[in-house]
Amino acid sequence: MPSFTSFSTFEPWKDPGQTPYVRLERVTKKFGDFVAVNDVSLDIYRQELFCLLGASGCGKSTLLRMLAGFEEPTSGRILIDGMDMADTPPYERPVNMMFQSYALFPHMTVTQNVAFGLKQEKLSRSDIRSRVKEMLELVKLDRFAERKPHQLSGGQRQRVALARSLIKRPKLLLLDEPLAALDKKLREHTQFELMNIQEQLGVTFIVVTHDQQEAMTLATRIGVMDEGYIAQVGTPTEIYEFPASRFVADFIGSVNIFEGSITEDEPDHVTIRMRDQEADIYVDHGVNAPPDARVWAAVRPEKIHITRNRPEQSANVIEGTVKEVAYMGDFSIYLVGLEGDRTIRVTQPNLRRGDPERITWDEHVFLHWLPSSIVVLTE
Amino acid sequence: MTTRGIPAFTRRVTDQAETLVKKVGGGSLRESLRRRGRAVRTLGRGFVISLPYAWLLAFFLVPFIIVLKIALSEADIAQPPYTPLWEWVEGQYLNIKINLGNFAFLIQDSLYLNAYLNSVKVALISTVICLIIGYPMAYGIARARPAKRTILLMLVILPFWTSFLIRVYAWIGILKNNGLINNLLMWLGVIDSPIVMLQTDFAVYLGIVYSYLPFMILPLYANLEKLDETLLEAAYDLGCRPATAFIRVTLPLSMPGIIAGSMLVFIPAVGEFVIPALLGAPDTLMIGRILWDEFFGNRDWPVASAVAIALLLLLVIPIVFFQHTQARSGEAES
Repeated sequence: MPSFTSFSTFEPWKDPGQTPYVRLERVTKKFGDFVAVNDVSLDIYRQELFCLLGASGCGKSTLLRMLAGFEEPTSGRILIDGMDMADTPPYERPVNMMFQSYALFPHMTVTQNVAFGLKQEKLSRSDIRSRVKEMLELVKLDRFAERKPHQLSGGQRQRVALARSLIKRPKLLLLDEPLAALDKKLREHTQFELMNIQEQLGVTFIVVTHDQQEAMTLATRIGVMDEGYIAQVGTPTEIYEFPASRFVADFIGSVNIFEGSITEDEPDHVTIRMRDQEADIYVDHGVNAPPDARVWAAVRPEKIHITRNRPEQSANVIEGTVKEVAYMGDFSIYLVGLEGDRTIRVTQPNLRRGDPERITWDEHVFLHWLPSSIVVLTE
Repeated sequence: MTTRGIPAFTRRVTDQAETLVKKVGGGSLRESLRRRGRAVRTLGRGFVISLPYAWLLAFFLVPFIIVLKIALSEADIAQPPYTPLWEWVEGQYLNIKINLGNFAFLIQDSLYLNAYLNSVKVALISTVICLIIGYPMAYGIARARPAKRTILLMLVILPFWTSFLIRVYAWIGILKNNGLINNLLMWLGVIDSPIVMLQTDFAVYLGIVYSYLPFMILPLYANLEKLDETLLEAAYDLGCRPATAFIRVTLPLSMPGIIAGSMLVFIPAVGEFVIPALLGAPDTLMIGRILWDEFFGNRDWPVASAVAIALLLLLVIPIVFFQHTQARSGEAES
């Protein structure tokens, strides 16, 4: 179960005995010449909350629509619970979808919208009534049961859509940008609500989003997509701290990337000479790269320290001048100019209130970081 | 929309005027200017709203009153062929004669009621046929790719470029005993003697459906084109087969289009004269034909006018009532 206390113990993808609930095998989708989804293979396990993260047009929605059955893969196989979905129309899949536009039926009340899926199952009227009531209570909409969608606010509509997609108790719920239309406060609130509901019902969620914050908060694992490919699959921590490529490092959060080449390659440490700076980067772990290969060293802004005095260490230090300071409240962003027109982004928590010693514009500063803070990327 | 620019303009003018007044040290001119601006605005709005009313007054209400006046008079062999409604007797008595006999006559003679009922029947059946043919066509056009959609819409509108009368005459050539269809079938050896198609009810229905089909397709298309396809996907996703999804989602949401299209076909079809006259049998009872006969055959203008007014009332009242309830349910929804 993905919750804060048991987060680390829910890792079915590490257990070879587990069979995935959803399996994509080399799935490709082309629209004419345009390749929307390119050779994607993916395993998603029961009760996971899997986020497909990517910029708009990266193919994440197409992937979701293929799972729902609205699009056919051009090649490859989709298996849900071990069954090949190739010839299964959307109305026979054990899957429900929450649409980005919510797609609520405008001519039906909230109750009728939520009951719609159950009516197709030919349940008795009293069963339908009690299950709809239960569901409306879960999403806290019982007061609005007789309203029509256009009489509801965005957040209420979103909850109707969620209730409607959950009412059939699907094993797999697909959510297409479920929170995109909500404002920031409501979005954060709903994120936690979604996680609660997922925990209560034990449904497998696949969420499509372009919002990395959302993916980070919700997901057990994230699949980062770029132009139809899956760039990396991993837990939020893995994706953030151990990005597999420059694209992922750059897409998730902000990052400073130094190009360079390896000058010292040992199993327990590596030294990288920066291409455009008179400085060395010392990394405290081995790197899997051919000698003299071009590599990129990535370091996150919050892992860089900024000081007025030269630190004692010799590697992992660069000098520069503060060009911009942005005060964000809980932290400040410094843009530090280096030689050769490079700018480095550094964030520092504002630990002291109204700090008079704070580093400010045009100061000469030293930037330094720990040998463990660097991620070396070869692509 | 037209009046929206006016407030901003007046505000600008008032602001300018006020600075001017301040410069010369005057009092608060603003209030009086604002009042004037409001008056201008009200006038402009009134003018815009009054235009359609003026149109309806000149081209609907006035003719209606003229027809009503004729309907209340008596037929006469004169020029015009009816008695005046009022005349001055001996220069001082105003003699008003209102004749309700024409309306009584419509009720007494079953010909008129039968013709009316038959017209309604023909119009109703034609409307249903138009709906059955037109709905799939409109749906197909609305779901076609945009480039293809334009071509298909053009094809629907294309017949309007030819005169309506010529198109109906063309059907005579197609349907008559030695016409296109019969000749073709006989040449193929399917039939030995021609099938009688012209001057039958079949020809009347064919003519009406053919002529009014675009009026059904266009409003339906306008409605179906707006239909959000993700609603259907949502229905499939919730376990609906395509047929059920159509009945439970598409059909209810296209109701306004169905109603608009049906009105546009039904109303003119009830009073249709040309099609039954040209394609129907001489004994085809339709109210439009009766009207024609009364006016030009019998030269009985008062009875003809009474027929026209009865037809109008019998058509307009149910429609107004219907629209009223529609509007009310629409209000309740919003």
